[in-house]
Amino acid sequence: MKIFLRCLRMYPRESILAPLFKLLEACFDLCVPLVIAAIIDRGIGGYDNAFVWQMCGVLVLLAFVGLGWAVTAQYFSAKAAVGSAARIRRELFAHMQSFTYAQTDKMGTSSMITRMTSDINQLQSGVNITLRLLLRSPIIVFGAMIMAFTIDVKLALIFAAAIPLLAAVVFGVLLGGVPLYRRVQNRLDRVTAVTRENLSGVRPIRAFCKEGEEIDRFSAANREQTSLQNKAGILTAIMNPVTYVMVNVAVILLIRGGAVAVDGGSITQGQVVALVNYMGQILVELVKLANSIFTVTKAVACGNRIGAVLETPAGMEVTPSPDDTLKPAENTPAVVFDGVSLTYGQNGAPSLHEISFSAARGQTVGIIGGTGSGKSSLVNLIPRFYDATEGTVTVLGRDVRTFDPADLRTRVGVVPQKAELFKGTIRSNLCWGKENATDDELWAALEAAQAADFVREKEGQLDAPVEQKGRNLSGGQRQRLTIARALVGQPDILILDDSASALDFATDARLRKALRSLPGRPTTFIISQRTSSIRAADLILVMDDGYIVGQGRHDDLLATCEVYREIHESQFKGGEAQ
Amino acid sequence: MKKKNSSAKNVNTAATLRKVLRYLKHYRLLFALSLLLAVVVVGLTLYFPILTGDAIDLIVAPGQVDFEGLAPLLAKGAVIIAVTALCQWLMNICNNRITFGVVRRLRHDAFVRIQSLPLSYLDKRPVGDIVSRVIADADQFTDGLLMGFSQFFTGILTILGTLCFMLTLNLPMTVWVVVATPLSLFVASFIARRTHHLFKKQSETRAEQTALIDEMIGSHKAVVAFSHEDEALRDFDEINGRLESVSRRAVFFSSLVNPSTRFVNNLVYAGVALIGALICLSATGSLTLTVGGLSAFLTYANQYTKPFNEISGVVTELQNATACAARLFELIEADTEVPDAPDAVALTGVDGRVELSDVSFSYVPDKELIRHLNLALENGQRVAIVGPTGCGKTTLINLLMRFYDVDGGSIKVSGTDIRDMTRRSLRENYGMVLQETWLAAGTVRDNIAYGRPDATDEEIVAAAKAAHAHSFIKRLPNGYDTVIGEDGGSLSQGQKQLLCISRLFLCLPPMLILDEATSSIDTRTELKIQNAFATLMMGRTSFIVAHRLSTVKKADIILVMKDGRIIEQGDHKTLLAHNGFYAELYNSQFEA
Repeated sequence: MKIFLRCLRMYPRESILAPLFKLLEACFDLCVPLVIAAIIDRGIGGYDNAFVWQMCGVLVLLAFVGLGWAVTAQYFSAKAAVGSAARIRRELFAHMQSFTYAQTDKMGTSSMITRMTSDINQLQSGVNITLRLLLRSPIIVFGAMIMAFTIDVKLALIFAAAIPLLAAVVFGVLLGGVPLYRRVQNRLDRVTAVTRENLSGVRPIRAFCKEGEEIDRFSAANREQTSLQNKAGILTAIMNPVTYVMVNVAVILLIRGGAVAVDGGSITQGQVVALVNYMGQILVELVKLANSIFTVTKAVACGNRIGAVLETPAGMEVTPSPDDTLKPAENTPAVVFDGVSLTYGQNGAPSLHEISFSAARGQTVGIIGGTGSGKSSLVNLIPRFYDATEGTVTVLGRDVRTFDPADLRTRVGVVPQKAELFKGTIRSNLCWGKENATDDELWAALEAAQAADFVREKEGQLDAPVEQKGRNLSGGQRQRLTIARALVGQPDILILDDSASALDFATDARLRKALRSLPGRPTTFIISQRTSSIRAADLILVMDDGYIVGQGRHDDLLATCEVYREIHESQFKGGEAQ
Repeated sequence: MKKKNSSAKNVNTAATLRKVLRYLKHYRLLFALSLLLAVVVVGLTLYFPILTGDAIDLIVAPGQVDFEGLAPLLAKGAVIIAVTALCQWLMNICNNRITFGVVRRLRHDAFVRIQSLPLSYLDKRPVGDIVSRVIADADQFTDGLLMGFSQFFTGILTILGTLCFMLTLNLPMTVWVVVATPLSLFVASFIARRTHHLFKKQSETRAEQTALIDEMIGSHKAVVAFSHEDEALRDFDEINGRLESVSRRAVFFSSLVNPSTRFVNNLVYAGVALIGALICLSATGSLTLTVGGLSAFLTYANQYTKPFNEISGVVTELQNATACAARLFELIEADTEVPDAPDAVALTGVDGRVELSDVSFSYVPDKELIRHLNLALENGQRVAIVGPTGCGKTTLINLLMRFYDVDGGSIKVSGTDIRDMTRRSLRENYGMVLQETWLAAGTVRDNIAYGRPDATDEEIVAAAKAAHAHSFIKRLPNGYDTVIGEDGGSLSQGQKQLLCISRLFLCLPPMLILDEATSSIDTRTELKIQNAFATLMMGRTSFIVAHRLSTVKKADIILVMKDGRIIEQGDHKTLLAHNGFYAELYNSQFEA
């Protein structure tokens, strides 16, 4: 509701003017039955030809002016709805951009994308409908009642009784229907899930010959959804018939009461016609109202989903350090972990326990360990993608929490496990690392990343197109480009998170050689499953279940660290032992 | 040119509608009932104003009120109201049942078709595209169909019915209404044509923006890692600005339809009032009209024009719905796999012989992948396939499992061409673990027993132990009964692979296919599993894809693939001695 109202407040002028002009239009609509009544009573009753012509002229005039008001109202409401949706969309995008890794993990990508797209579209139509229709209907309904009171107070009481009853029916069906429809939607999610599962698992399903069982599973979910839909339909299908009954019973009562009143001389025949017309208008508006209320409830629900995102405080707190400009001394270690522990989310076991180590400038640090042992978690703390739960991480002599995150991340170049590229050109992707890099800088990075050869072969070379997610490149090519992207920025610290997994051994070896002779000698962290990739490192950290179980050089670890020896043997002697 | 396109589109729409009708056939009775009820509802709804008109004619002025005549009229009205409402409710329910039923059948047929579509079809299309056909398009179609039922027929009936009633009341006024009302249709279609390109522009811009959002939010971590947020926001703002301006125009201009048609209708109404009043006044000859008649006529004039507005709305909605239905039919009618030959035999008593003779294959006609491949395997032999990523290793597996058919040559198992046996029996004889793990939503137990739902608990635990999955399963909150969500949920990639391997240990088929089956498992656990695999492979013909060469060394035959070709073939020793690509690959892993 909050976001919904905020949309209206963003364009206060339009949000007031649009319903106001709608009100004017509605007033003109309400005048029509009065004019007709006049035609009947004075024109036909008084045999006044000229008066009939006059009044019909008035009707035409009313139509023209009504059109004018309506168009103005539509303009303002379109402006307010589209404009506020665009603003909310921008705000949401900016806000999501400032999310931390932890927040992205928690929310989930697909949910973030739905909120940015379909939720905001729903919100926009909701706001538009509210300004255009939702206010028109109550105006007509209450306007009709007020007009009825001006004609005859006693008969108008029928209106006064019918309207709350009608409102009760409309809202009752809505309130009963919303949870039902939510359940229908949940069942649909199940149908979606089975479909997705069958498409992503088509090979295993066919390999196990389970097509028949999967069809049964789908049928069950599908049937269940349909039967719930039918149930919900029975309730909503009753709304129009019930309102129809109520309005027309009111019409009968009006005629009955009108007969007495006309007999008594308190109102005329034409006025009875007017009262019946007003009742008819109410029925039309109620149908419209019911349709628009569904849209608006959906919009409010979507607005709430958006609000939930916007209310999540984003970004990380930065404690500015007084020695911001201070150049760290030449001999400060590049990265120091001091008693660092990390727990993702509120509960759950810690992923890192009491990690302490120190890496000097220019060193190569290898990190090795089993699946889920905490290798990636460890390096993610260096560019502060997550905050340590305990302990401190110091980069270039400063606590990472005192850095401006953007500044920290230009000093730390990361090549993530998943090689992701973006739509554009090879150049535009590489320039993520450094916005105004020269061609020479780009080629140097490509050479080091072992990517220069295949880029040279491409048509357009640096300007060769890259499709979304780099779909038009092979896995190995993508990986090498992401490495080059990190090198372009000439970071002080370079992190390769198992980023050579798609490369064959020969290319991997050449890559490591090139990394060792980079200008500026960045401190390099290499995560790998293979001991061959890290055996030359100055420092090797052996991870197991979140603990560092050994640190040192290759030969020392072979002698002292059980886990390391096992890993090494599983890759070399292991194969031959059998 | 433009005209040709639109007529082609009409033909397609007609074809789609015919197909929809085929589905409607299942609901013939309900459909007839719904139409009957619609006739009753419309008829009675239209009759009611006549009653009120008659009633009003009985209350002319003080002292001129016919109370005796009024009472039965009103009682009749009450009955009519009750019947109308009941019929309307039943009609709505019928419409719901038909629509939801048709959509359920459509979805069901689509899903059944998916199960028999060739993998070449499914591999080419993103999962999201097919899901959106089965879910979103079907939903849109439901909305359109329901709206069509509830408004299209009643709308047309109302127009026809009103016309009849109006004719009985007064001819000149009827002529006026009939001539003037289509004006509102002209206005509506004029605006629709003018705004069409705005809407097209809007959806194009929206798609552009969604693509950007998908990229920047989908790869949010990369964006953060490179502090690319400001640039991303700049690009976003640019598109967002364009979207705002085009949307505003599209929304505004399209929202003119309603007021404009209402304006036309108001003019019609004024005309009716004028003509009616003048007739009342002149009251000559056959052209007589009472005040009650005028009042009824005015109601009709309103009722007559309203469906025109609705129908123009319904037509757009229906166009959208048929477009969605067409996408769904495209899926339902896609060509299925070549069915099993009528005389296909079931593969039994597999002796482990696999023979590939002169096999050629390509995914796209002009880019041949596998050429004249020959390979003969005895029972229990192991074949390893190595090579750089994307060299076509998995293609061979696609052919062995008959996910794809060979273009030339043949593959024989136990001496029988695999095209002469049922797919089911062929696949049942292979055990397969793929790099891309797939788990069904369900418990750990269900997933392990996926290939053999009748397995006992002991067997399941034994299989899990053999695959070294038992220890982590025990640590899960509910052990073997832990429910894992869609796509394996919170399990790590390595744990998912262990579960897939457990499945294999439960089924123990005579032939094995392991495609990077242990790529995400750490090397220590892998070593243990390899031992288990070694036992398993004893006496079983096996195909292994791996890029860890330690896994590969023990194979009887190593196929070295590069750029989709098999460039070397032989065992480890021969290939090393050959000093070619394999030797280069193998030696590079020892270079520091």
